[in-house]
Amino acid sequence: MKHIKTINKANLKQTAAKGGCGKCQASCQSACKTSCTVANQKCEKEA
Amino acid sequence: MIHKFKLSGYNVLLDVNSGGVHIVDDLTYDLLDRVEPPFGDVCPEDVMARLSRTYPAEEVEECYEEIVSLYNDKILFSEDDYEKYALAAVASPVKAMCLHISHDCNLRCKYCFASTGDFGVGRKLMDFETAKRAIDFLIEKSADRKFLEVDFFGGEPSMNFDVVMQTVEYARSREKETGKTFRFTTTTNGMHLTDEMIDFINNEMSNVVLSIDGRKEVNDRMRVRVDGTGSYDVIIKNFKRLVDKRPKDKDWYVRGTYTKYNLDFSEDVMHLYELGFDQISVEPVMADPKEPYAITEADLPRIFKEYEVLAEKIAKIRAEGKFINFFHFMLDLDQGPCAIKRLRGCGCGNEYVAVTPDGDIYPCHQFVGVDEYKMGSLYDGSFDTQIKDDFAKAHVYTKPECKKCWAKFYCSGGCNANNYIYQGDIHAAHKLSCQIQKKRLEVAILMKALQLIDTAE
Repeated sequence: MKHIKTINKANLKQTAAKGGCGKCQASCQSACKTSCTVANQKCEKEA
Repeated sequence: MIHKFKLSGYNVLLDVNSGGVHIVDDLTYDLLDRVEPPFGDVCPEDVMARLSRTYPAEEVEECYEEIVSLYNDKILFSEDDYEKYALAAVASPVKAMCLHISHDCNLRCKYCFASTGDFGVGRKLMDFETAKRAIDFLIEKSADRKFLEVDFFGGEPSMNFDVVMQTVEYARSREKETGKTFRFTTTTNGMHLTDEMIDFINNEMSNVVLSIDGRKEVNDRMRVRVDGTGSYDVIIKNFKRLVDKRPKDKDWYVRGTYTKYNLDFSEDVMHLYELGFDQISVEPVMADPKEPYAITEADLPRIFKEYEVLAEKIAKIRAEGKFINFFHFMLDLDQGPCAIKRLRGCGCGNEYVAVTPDGDIYPCHQFVGVDEYKMGSLYDGSFDTQIKDDFAKAHVYTKPECKKCWAKFYCSGGCNANNYIYQGDIHAAHKLSCQIQKKRLEVAILMKALQLIDTAE
């Protein structure tokens, strides 16, 4: 496209279908403890 | 829902519900102020009349077609259809615990949310019996969850390190029989880290958070000893020893708090980097606005600028082929957590709880001492599932400000404790945190987008 450059896979919808396994880390156990960022975490679901 | 912003000469367009990130030209940026679904076959006449004063008409039409094409591909103005998943994690197992191994501290940090270590409920160390019961509780409540997380927190955990070691040994002894795997983490102020402690932390803890605010004068203004003197000189040496010996496959961060006194906190990040610490988290103090060091709305423009400055400094380091990681700029635009995880933040009170030295159970470390949120006790077997349900149902669709916010799938509704402490309700977004979070996210999204473009080229 000439005017719009899409950067990523935009696959959030697909993750919902197979998501919710609960294996990933509780976000507050990382390096914050006083705020909340979830999008920097890794998915740990086994393929 | 879309969100667009201008930063560092780029126009960034985010499609909130698909997670799509696009870099667009000025025409697209302006056109998106005037068009939205449902789309017709051609650009609406009034929009064309307005924009063709600035841009060639054929370009406007071409751009309109691109927008419609992305809309049809469901990566622009995509539907929010995640609410049906919000009930999925109600009645979730408990899988993570903040274990308050020490309600005492050998520092008297002026901004401490835990009332300089005792959480306002008296200085006390957890005994092994209580820690053992906490591990048993976690195993019992974790249902089918394999990975169980225990964070040794305080106060200062190293003041009760014998119990830390006993607790790890006990939990490990139950792994085989229960099929669970424990992941231990801890936070330390570094004042009394012995070689034995360092080796134990490096062997057993999957992550360790090392508290230091940055430059000596910044650190020593807030992170003081009982006699009022600074901690910098001692902790630097201890943290270096720990990091030098840390296995490469284990996480660690130096973590600082910035206040009104160091709104130029990118200097502190760089100071830590120059000392050899390349895994860094520095975040804003959360405090009563009456405190002289508290960050207030008036500081936000300065803080926003500082995140941009920090991004430039980090980009420069990386351009030289060197490594640096800033925790709050970490973002995975393709392989991050699933949409369901993103509906409710840290999971506090639902899949994550805190346990005090007395064996009392709270939704998280920041709720400790708040009577109405005491969930139970390891000693009488109580565990209030009504409070657990309330937290399970506190997700981005039950938080009015979050529901309409573009950042909801990145911060996931923010920190319930900050919402409660500063807004009086776990569902009420803490505005100051939100504003800072959104700026950090914008910077992080652009940084990641540029990195992906570089890799593709």
